[in-house]
Amino acid sequence: MVGREPHEGERDLEQVGSAISTGAVGLDGLCKSYGEERVVDSIRAAIRPGEFFSLLGPSGSGKTTTLMMIAGFVEPDAGTIRVDDIDITHLPPQRRGLGMVFQNYAIFPHLNVFENVAFPLRARRVPEAELRRRVQEALALVRLDRFATRYARQLSGGQQQRVAIARAIVFHPSIVLMDEPLGALDKNLRYEMQVEIKEIQQRLGMTVIYVTHDQEEAMNMSDRMAIMNGGRIEQMGPPGEIYDRPANAFVGRFLGEANLIEGTIEQVGDGEATLRTRDGRTLRARLERGATVGQPAALFVRPEKLAFGDDREGNSLHGTVRRRSFLGSMTRTVIDAGSATQVTVDLPNIGDGGGPALGAPVTVNWPAAHSLILLD
Amino acid sequence: MPNRGFLLMLPAFAMLALVFLAPLAWFFTQTLVLDNDLSTLWSKIVAVVSSRATLQAIGATNWISLLVTVTVLLLGYPIAYYLANRRGLRFTLVVFCIVVPYFTSVIVRTYSWMVLLGRTGLINQLLLGTGIIDAPLPLIYNKTGIVIGMTYVLLPYMVLTLFAAMKSIDRNLLLAARGMGAGGAMIFWRVYLPLSLHGVISGALIVFILSIGFFITPALMGGPSDVMVAMLIERSVEITLDWPAAAVMSLLLLAVTLVLYAIYYRVTDVRRLMGAA
Repeated sequence: MVGREPHEGERDLEQVGSAISTGAVGLDGLCKSYGEERVVDSIRAAIRPGEFFSLLGPSGSGKTTTLMMIAGFVEPDAGTIRVDDIDITHLPPQRRGLGMVFQNYAIFPHLNVFENVAFPLRARRVPEAELRRRVQEALALVRLDRFATRYARQLSGGQQQRVAIARAIVFHPSIVLMDEPLGALDKNLRYEMQVEIKEIQQRLGMTVIYVTHDQEEAMNMSDRMAIMNGGRIEQMGPPGEIYDRPANAFVGRFLGEANLIEGTIEQVGDGEATLRTRDGRTLRARLERGATVGQPAALFVRPEKLAFGDDREGNSLHGTVRRRSFLGSMTRTVIDAGSATQVTVDLPNIGDGGGPALGAPVTVNWPAAHSLILLD
Repeated sequence: MPNRGFLLMLPAFAMLALVFLAPLAWFFTQTLVLDNDLSTLWSKIVAVVSSRATLQAIGATNWISLLVTVTVLLLGYPIAYYLANRRGLRFTLVVFCIVVPYFTSVIVRTYSWMVLLGRTGLINQLLLGTGIIDAPLPLIYNKTGIVIGMTYVLLPYMVLTLFAAMKSIDRNLLLAARGMGAGGAMIFWRVYLPLSLHGVISGALIVFILSIGFFITPALMGGPSDVMVAMLIERSVEITLDWPAAAVMSLLLLAVTLVLYAIYYRVTDVRRLMGAA
């Protein structure tokens, strides 16, 4: 049988990205264009061993293309990809030794669960006894031990997802790539699987590079994440840092609800600045970069940082309640505060009715330290 | 009326009944039922089926059909694979080359082969002229000729069936296999071939079913000893005027075809169960 003949480069297979490597991935100046369109533009990132790293962005932001370049399915136009210190940029995918979970699972319909999970081991000519042990181990890890003889069509979406994960980790890769693995699952199941994937990642100490367009998913799981837009990384860092201190308006808006009040810089102080809004109010906020007076800017503040009532210390705005949305765990109130200013306030549902009624005159306030000047 | 959709099918059914089922029934009753009681009918069937001519024809039919099916499969699989992975001009060109002969009459195509394959045909002249052979090769009026001719006629059925099967293979599965460390050979034997296998079986059955009923090509391109069942039936009707024998052999052919078709149907059904992915 031809399938038993060893093929070229087989001895190298276990080396790159296998348990021998630490799992550090370096992307340096990665570029990819399709025709005129730059899909990925000079991506640079150093992913640490054992890190859960997400590429987060809207569709068409280049995150999947970036992942496919790491996996070896897409050839970069420029730049290098390294695992530890080994340049794998031009290595074919089957020699990179990376685990991979595909968007639609890509479970072989003609093989049962056991054989699906055994596939990477068979590709590596692992002896039968060892193979059985490792497959059982991987199936136990994703709690599918009892389903070894089933076929994909006999499994639920969540179970298929687990097969895909078991298959990606069965040969003990130090790096696993995941391309929107939970996209096809419903919301509750998705959260459960997030927790489960994160647990497996931590238990095995593997590096995970995770592509998603779901902000909550990325924030829930990631040690660090890169926000992508138009083929570039807009910002990279731990979820909390990016959420509270976005580098620009795009990141602020993409990572959840954001108030962005536009105006011009009126005064620049030490780590702080004053913004004059278009309708003539002045608001104070943190400033993390250099700015000049008169420069157009926006004040960024998250809706949950706002409170009703007056506060002499911080910023405050007066207005009327324009819209109220009950969202279960919170109430979202939109307030008209002047001709060009609209702010959103999120109040947690603590059983007090969720704040003022529609049309009521209100004052909202927030500490200056919770808002940030964004220069775009 | 609960469902009048069947009315749309009525003309086709009427046509089928009129030109296929009715003559068949008439032929079988005229030749087998009217002149015989049950015991003489049975002995007649046994006599026809066990006669030397029939057995030889059945043997030749099976052997030729098998050869043709295997040849068509071996030629068709790479072509279908090529087509399944190409787009644009090259795809159109190859499809054109495969499908256009479909629209040409079998007789015209068969005569073209006779021009090419004869003792003084183009191929033999070429081979003799270049000195590759000293004497003309017997390419026609034997089994070689039949297999060449039938393979050519039946290739499109195989290619199109395989193409459909291959197109339904999820490309992600092949990428996934590569990502998991599989080389080209392993991907083919463990993923691609098993996933296209229902196409192989369907295609082989279709070609075999069509082969066992072939008449024109073997009659024109075969030798005196290459008598297939369909030819024997024709001889019984036209030359020996033994209509009961023709009827028995026709029934036999029909029964075998229906059984094979039932298998074909099952295979395509299983494919649907697999979700074709």
